[in-house]
Amino acid sequence: MVARTIDPPPRLGDSDADAVFRALADGTRRDILRRTLTGPQSISALAQRYEMSFAAVQKHVTVLDRCGLVEKHRFGKEQLVHARVERIAQASGLLAEFERLWRDRVGRIDLLLDGPPAERASDDPTNDTDTHP
Amino acid sequence: MPVISTERDTDALTLTLVAEFDAPAARVWQVWEDPRQLERWWGPPSWPATFRRHDFVAGGESHYVMTGPDGTEAGGWWRAIDVSPTERFEWEDGFADAEGRPDPSMPVTHAVATLEEKDGTTTMTVVSTFASLEQLEQLLAMGMDEGMREAMGQIDALLRE
Repeated sequence: MVARTIDPPPRLGDSDADAVFRALADGTRRDILRRTLTGPQSISALAQRYEMSFAAVQKHVTVLDRCGLVEKHRFGKEQLVHARVERIAQASGLLAEFERLWRDRVGRIDLLLDGPPAERASDDPTNDTDTHP
Repeated sequence: MPVISTERDTDALTLTLVAEFDAPAARVWQVWEDPRQLERWWGPPSWPATFRRHDFVAGGESHYVMTGPDGTEAGGWWRAIDVSPTERFEWEDGFADAEGRPDPSMPVTHAVATLEEKDGTTTMTVVSTFASLEQLEQLLAMGMDEGMREAMGQIDALLRE
């Protein structure tokens, strides 16, 4: 596997960005994200940190989960939560590269459409009379 | 650039690209249907594609080879799922050996292209779906991205001709 660096800053689609920013507008959720960034945390361990019910903490985790900022894993009878910020950034960066591939293809299709009418005659491989000035 | 919008769904690993061409749908369809036209835009200029087989019907298979700047060949295959002339093309795109045999260890991209004509202008929507982030990474690690960067420069050169 080739190690790669992602040059353009990762960008989320508009609908993703809305969900992410809405999720991050809440202090508890930002705190959950910070804690789960360094390692997986169980929901019950998280619940002990806040003055709110287990169910309320679980709801916050669900909001973060829905917009892809965290991931939940079942570990025994515990639900472990860990942050996925890097994964999101990585996905966005990789999709950006694929997007560039298609933008280039579209550019070439456009040139093709602007060019002389379809050259189906180029099927003939002996017709190799390209000359360059 | 005739691209009007792109949307990346980072959770579903889907890329949606919408482009608009100043041509009727039948004309845009030709660039997919005719292998000689297809190979003029599918591969980046530094990795031009040659379609050795192009059965553009549902269930049909295509086989292409892209040749890199140092002569390296990268084979690819398509399996057409739906071919509805001038409207919709759904297919799988993967890597193949020189004989066109699919390489099962390499990623497969599922894609749908739809064409919609209105007042002589055709909107082309391409939705590509990847099975996993790892597959997408593997796909891009195949040297396609380097080719893409070079492609930009060559298009500029073409436009100045």
